[in-house]
Amino acid sequence: MLSRTASDLYWLSRNFERAENTARMLDVVWNLSLIRFAVDIQAEIAAPLAITGTGDHYGSRYGKVTVQNVLFFFTLDPDSPASIYSCLRQARASAHAVRGKITGEMWESINSTWLELKEISQTGLQAYGETAFFEWVKNRSHLFRGATYGTLMRSDTFRFLRLGTFIERADNTARILDVKHSEGQLESNTTLDYYRWHALLRSVGAYEAFREMFSETINGERVAEMLILRPEVPRSLLSCLQMLCELLPAIEGDAGLQSKRLAAVQLARLQYGDMEHILDIGLHDYLTDFLRRINELADTIQSEYLELV
Amino acid sequence: MRSLKLPAVSGFDEMIAPGGGVRPHYRSYHDWLLRQDRSLLQRKRKEAELQFHRVGITFNVYGEDSGTERLIPFDTLPRVIPASEWDLLERGTIQRVNALNLFLHDIYHDQNIIRDGRIPAEQIFGNSQYQPCMQDVDLHNQVYSHISGVDLIRDGEGDWYVLEDNLRTPSGVSYMIENRRMMMRLFPELFAEQTVAPVEHYPSLLLETLQQSASYANPTVVLLTPGQFNSAYFEHAFLAQQMGIELVEGADLFVKDGFVYMRTTAGPQRVDVIYRRIDDDFLDPLAFRSDSMLGVPGLLSVYRQGNVVLANAVGTGVGDDKSIYPYVPDMIRFYLDEEPILHNVPTWQCRKPDDLKEVLNQLPKLVVKEVHGAGGYGMLVGPAASQAEIDMFRARLLANPGNYIAQPTLSLSSCPIFVEEGIAPRHIDLRPFVLSGNDTRVVPGGLTRVAMKSGSLVVNSSQGGGTKDTWVLESGEDCPC
Repeated sequence: MLSRTASDLYWLSRNFERAENTARMLDVVWNLSLIRFAVDIQAEIAAPLAITGTGDHYGSRYGKVTVQNVLFFFTLDPDSPASIYSCLRQARASAHAVRGKITGEMWESINSTWLELKEISQTGLQAYGETAFFEWVKNRSHLFRGATYGTLMRSDTFRFLRLGTFIERADNTARILDVKHSEGQLESNTTLDYYRWHALLRSVGAYEAFREMFSETINGERVAEMLILRPEVPRSLLSCLQMLCELLPAIEGDAGLQSKRLAAVQLARLQYGDMEHILDIGLHDYLTDFLRRINELADTIQSEYLELV
Repeated sequence: MRSLKLPAVSGFDEMIAPGGGVRPHYRSYHDWLLRQDRSLLQRKRKEAELQFHRVGITFNVYGEDSGTERLIPFDTLPRVIPASEWDLLERGTIQRVNALNLFLHDIYHDQNIIRDGRIPAEQIFGNSQYQPCMQDVDLHNQVYSHISGVDLIRDGEGDWYVLEDNLRTPSGVSYMIENRRMMMRLFPELFAEQTVAPVEHYPSLLLETLQQSASYANPTVVLLTPGQFNSAYFEHAFLAQQMGIELVEGADLFVKDGFVYMRTTAGPQRVDVIYRRIDDDFLDPLAFRSDSMLGVPGLLSVYRQGNVVLANAVGTGVGDDKSIYPYVPDMIRFYLDEEPILHNVPTWQCRKPDDLKEVLNQLPKLVVKEVHGAGGYGMLVGPAASQAEIDMFRARLLANPGNYIAQPTLSLSSCPIFVEEGIAPRHIDLRPFVLSGNDTRVVPGGLTRVAMKSGSLVVNSSQGGGTKDTWVLESGEDCPC
């Protein structure tokens, strides 16, 4: 496959996945901001800025942190690189560049997503409904994934798309967990903490999974365990690494030794990790280290496959 | 019998004969059309528009905001051509393209046509499209123009004329295919009623043609596009996908040790045939325009060694240039020893003083074109122009007569289209696509372009023209029985 094509496929799915995760994250923030006893609303709504590392950019454009501004910054702001609007615009541009490689149904799905988004952007977030919008983004992502799964040949085209999805998802899950953790300490068990962890579970669609896996009150340590170490949870770091380690060796040709090595090392760390070890290191340090490693892997994939000179 | 009433047009209408009767090959469609109510046609048109948007069959317009995408207006009434007429067009276009390929081989080798005095030498060597670097380069099958688009029109009597030949990177074939798919989706019952010759196998014929352009079996074929901001990008992507070949940009290719390679995730891979949709000037910054970012440095040297095939060949532009056009009938006689099956539009070459005088006298009645122009840019349609525009062209003609040709304003035939007010005639042309590999073939039909404005003669999509599906009926259907 052409390196440029692989790059477009990879970034297409990364951007789509990022849009979906942004919607998930905002859904939580929006719901928490409606809970009156969440005393520090300001901290809740500032969380997405911390998660995505866009606080400075936001500050220079908007100054004060308000619910409306933060929501706009992350949803329909065409000038914010972190907005769902920007992610989907880029995803669609990548899809446009490789439309000969993806199936007609995939292209139609992403193209109509973009056309609808432009209409929603005319309507405005409030008029459309915040929750309705977040659901729409998630649904469009499900639809695209469904079209991909249901119609795309299992070739390198499929693999580079999936590669982008899991690199992005691993990064996003780690970030969302890291910020939630620094707000509510793992061992703290106030009602507000309960709501926070509950919201986080819902944001990654893992609430039902928690209920099925553990018959105990929702608490930070269990949530962290689920999202880091459990292979049954499709957004967990372990699940993401398992997928990456399946995909990389399946790509045709002998390129990518370092990528495969880095992914395998990280998979082993998760597969043979346990919560005790993680808590010894400290969750924040553990996640910071993970983010560094996943980004090193992303850079290596970029140079070994996508930017061939 | 009842028939559709169309506003009177001067000239030849494809559906309605001068007495008001329906032409035999249109009878079946016409009767169906009479049975439809208008709201259904409205609905179908909306559906088509929605579908084209959804599939993203759009084109980019130069000079507008980058990334602006527009739909080419699609008309839901087909243009129908009876089998007997198509037979003439098929033979005529194949004859013409064969002669043009022989001409290109000749001028880049022995130049017999110049020696014989049929074409003045300066018309070739002074032509900006002539590429000296192609002299004595031998091409497989001696084919230069693998893909040709021949633009045809009909005059007031219904006689066919060739308006121009397109031998560089003719576009529009994706619309021929998508228009047919759309019609089959919207009106399946029509295709059960009569036998319309299929066009959807064009991509497989094209792939065969490209594979045959190399001297060995199973060559690796790629399509080279200028990129997604090119006006025809949709078509490039469409054709690459339909043929199952890589769609590459200049930066995806590189030259090493006398061969062309593409950068892939599994390392460099050799490329044998490049279906390029980039003009000569931009192909290789080392050989042509050094500021081109679209091409591949060193490509021309590989090409001249015969280690890669370019389709179409470098230097084909000299064959479709408007200053060479007047000589095509003579080429057919010279190389094939046949009489031309299709007419040329009578053309004044303004470089000739007598012709220029004639042109200046009749300017408001004529169409004036730049010899190297294309796409409907830089032309004067006398009868539709203002006095100021005519004066401006007069000055340009006097300043640089060699840059222009002029032709009588042909009325172009009309064909009914569906508009807000109902059904009305609009002017059309036809571009069949001719493929030259081991032999020369043409898919029955082509792209019918429509001037969407009443009375307009400009059908180019860059100027707001639309398209409609073109039906070639299989034989037996056109007898009035």
